[in-house]
Amino acid sequence: MSRSLEVQFLNMILKNPIIMASGTFGFGREYAEIYDIEKLGGLVSKGLTMNPRKGNPGIRVWETASGMMNSIGLENPGIDAFIQKELPFMKSLNLKHIINISGSSLEEYIQACEKISNENVDMIELNISCPNIKDGGIPFGIKQSTTRKVVKETRKVVKVPLMVKLSPDAENLLKIAHVCEEEGADAVSLVNTFKSFAIDIENKVKVFENTYAGLSGPCIKPIALRMVHEVSKSIQIPVMGIGGIMTYQDVLEYLMAGARAVQIGTANFINPKVGEMIIHDLEKYISNQPIENISEIIGIVD
Amino acid sequence: MAIISFNQPLKNDFFLLKISGKYKADMGQFFMIRKDSQSMFLNRPMSVYDIKKDGIIFLYQVVGKGTSVLASCKKGDEISIYGPYGHGFPLNVKGSIALVGGGTGIAPLFYALKQLRKNKKLKFIHVYLGLQKKNEFESNFNDYTDSLIVHYGGFITDYIQYEKYNVIFSCGPLKMLEKIDRQAKNHGIEHYVSLEGRMACGIGACLACAIQTKNGNKHICKDGPVFKGEEIFYYE
Ligand SMILES: Cc1cc2nc3c(=O)[nH]c(=O)nc-3n(C[C@H](O)[C@H](O)[C@H](O)COP(=O)(O)OP(=O)(O)OC[C@H]3O[C@@H](n4cnc5c(N)ncnc54)[C@H](O)[C@@H]3O)c2cc1C
Ligand SMILES: Cc1cc2nc3c(=O)[nH]c(=O)nc-3n(C[C@H](O)[C@H](O)[C@H](O)COP(=O)(O)O)c2cc1C
Ligand code: FES
Repeated sequence: MSRSLEVQFLNMILKNPIIMASGTFGFGREYAEIYDIEKLGGLVSKGLTMNPRKGNPGIRVWETASGMMNSIGLENPGIDAFIQKELPFMKSLNLKHIINISGSSLEEYIQACEKISNENVDMIELNISCPNIKDGGIPFGIKQSTTRKVVKETRKVVKVPLMVKLSPDAENLLKIAHVCEEEGADAVSLVNTFKSFAIDIENKVKVFENTYAGLSGPCIKPIALRMVHEVSKSIQIPVMGIGGIMTYQDVLEYLMAGARAVQIGTANFINPKVGEMIIHDLEKYISNQPIENISEIIGIVD
Repeated sequence: MAIISFNQPLKNDFFLLKISGKYKADMGQFFMIRKDSQSMFLNRPMSVYDIKKDGIIFLYQVVGKGTSVLASCKKGDEISIYGPYGHGFPLNVKGSIALVGGGTGIAPLFYALKQLRKNKKLKFIHVYLGLQKKNEFESNFNDYTDSLIVHYGGFITDYIQYEKYNVIFSCGPLKMLEKIDRQAKNHGIEHYVSLEGRMACGIGACLACAIQTKNGNKHICKDGPVFKGEEIFYYE
């Protein structure tokens, strides 16, 4: 590889390690009107479910110190409408497209994965942070047993690369990562949002109708970075780092901690062109470094 | 990043904020603005109050953390501004029109009024403003409207002479918009409302600002903030 930002993630060559995170970039259309998103290494679709979902009622976002909480509730058009109306656009882009899949039962995950795998997408990202309605509403990714089930069964139907997106709320993150590897996941991405709580003290009520919400943004970065470091040291499959990235320095930290690529979420809301900015800054960085390719720093810090 | 030309305090926690640069927007569109600060993480949506050759003006009221940060801004400070976003009020309207604003909902109406002045098909434009207390910016409307009615406290909706109008643009608390919509329906008036909602991205990507409408889930930032009244207030 030439002196560049190009990285390899599984069988995919990414122009650079910058990928936009699920739920923060829609299907790419809105940002494509703001800048040339084909500069990006890739993008992950909004979380999709088998059937359309309206999402949660009430307040959906809440600002917090150096971050935000969300309770969007997976509003999405459903797999069929996505395949018809949005996938052709994503596929037409000169970047890697990753499809994020969610479900509230094992059957739903399997059906959705099978459908989307048949569309020959670049990769599937399995969001295992969704509550399992049959199992008391505990998210699949919290316990090893439910993680094992959902990875094993979806692996059987997924013919494209399968990446499992880990929840930082997992009972034992390292064991969960091992379970994913054992059951045939090609990669893992981490982290999803942290379960969190906010109270409206004026009215003495909870802010979110769903009680708890997902925390993201720079406030989670040091914890997420620690998790990426630990996980990438203990499994063989590649890791995609996510959580609180706002600048190219944050990206470098994740790469040095062991991530082969990164995803950027919340930062898109603060600066819609953050992807372009970070790639520009990384290019400048690498031109001043005694290395040929950005890959050389991956996992460089023990 | 852009530079603040002025941030002028008015009565009752209102401010006029001017950001220098060249800007273009349709009436009713908004921008996302943010001052880099520990206590302001997300951008805040603000409607266009006015656009000048050398800058854009916002009218805002301090209601919480973010707007307090804005209030502390000084001339010469740097500020982030993104936009214009959203779909604004329709330009192509006919007959006679009333613009009705309550509280901070007044902000987009000044720019709308100035734009509507260019529409020669309109017979007259009346403006109704509902405020808690008298404020300095009210008189700006006098230069462009055929009639300005301002009411303090209570409900501005009680003072609107509905029979006079073919079209109403309104912006303010949801209750106010709903009251107007009921009357608009009775009088066969074309009614457009500008909605507010909590936002993160402002462009339709995060789905924070969803609202149920007659035609299913819509997103205020992208499909709105201006909607037809009948799309928002419908009864099954
Ligand atoms: C399209 C659009 C245009 C707007 N234009 C203007 C304008 O021109 N001038 C102006 O003063 N305000 C305007 N607003 C409202 C303004 O964005 C909010 O007042 C501001 O975001 C509040 O931030 P805060 O941190 O000060 O308040 P917070 O501390 O977040 O909350 C204080 C209070 O404001 C309410 N609030 C918070 N965010 C919003 C929001 N996005 N919309 C409505 N209420 C909210 C909360 O429910 C609470 O009661 C607009 C909103 C939208 C969606
Ligand atoms: C508004 C919002 C919506 C999200 N929706 C999804 C989703 O649908 N599926 C998913 O796997 N993760 C979702 N996430 C999590 C992000 O993809 C990301 O993992 C998380 O926000 C941490 O990264 P960040 O700190 O860079 O935002 C969402 C995050 C936010 C803020
Ligand atoms: S604010 Fe993000 S979709 Fe409207």
